[in-house]
Amino acid sequence: MFFATVDLPTRGDADSVMNQEVNDNGNPVAGNYYIQSAYKDAKTPNIVTVVLGDYRSIDTLGEQIVVFTAGLILVLILSGHRKERKVSNREENS
Amino acid sequence: MKTGSESPIIVLGARLLSPFIMLFGLYVIFHGHYSPGGGFQGGALLAASVLLMRVASGTQISSLMVKESLTTPLGVVGVLIYFGTGLLAFLMGGDFLDYGALPIPGLSPEYLRYTGILIIEIGVGLAVMMVMILLYDKMATGEEEVE
Repeated sequence: MFFATVDLPTRGDADSVMNQEVNDNGNPVAGNYYIQSAYKDAKTPNIVTVVLGDYRSIDTLGEQIVVFTAGLILVLILSGHRKERKVSNREENS
Repeated sequence: MKTGSESPIIVLGARLLSPFIMLFGLYVIFHGHYSPGGGFQGGALLAASVLLMRVASGTQISSLMVKESLTTPLGVVGVLIYFGTGLLAFLMGGDFLDYGALPIPGLSPEYLRYTGILIIEIGVGLAVMMVMILLYDKMATGEEEVE
């Protein structure tokens, strides 16, 4: 890993691949658009919030539904186990 | 019902800490436009303040903060706030989740997006908080039944 970090570009290097405005195919890069117009579009200084909440809001909606569904499924699993245990206890007692 | 700790020091310490954690959670949600943070992190902090009271003073007292029966409905409300905001923008003639089309009078599209991001962050925070409390409640109840 240390050997690989030697080849990494320095931070803020305008010539490195990840900082270019147009990629090798000639298409504009999305990250560049976000940095240039995040404040203009939503008047929010925090670019991460704008990307998460506005440009990529369907992704965040999916995340929230994943969290909610995981909670509901865990509740269903835990409730189911309790009933099984009650039944098995009753069988042992009788 | 999970009973609380016997020690008054633990209960008092939790009572002292819990409001500050809740305040910091609200700060993380509402200040997410200017500093690191947002709905997920703030929701986890809000849940932490309620769970601290749940662990320290028992379910019966801490259900004054959030009732056990309210966790699932409020989690659904959190998801619906997000989805409803997107759907409202869609019905008002914009794209789905394009907050620029929200029907709030007196705001330019830029500030409508600013407000829309805040509304969905509140929805995310509510859902995350309620799911975490729900999980603790279910686990605590299951533990009691096994004993």
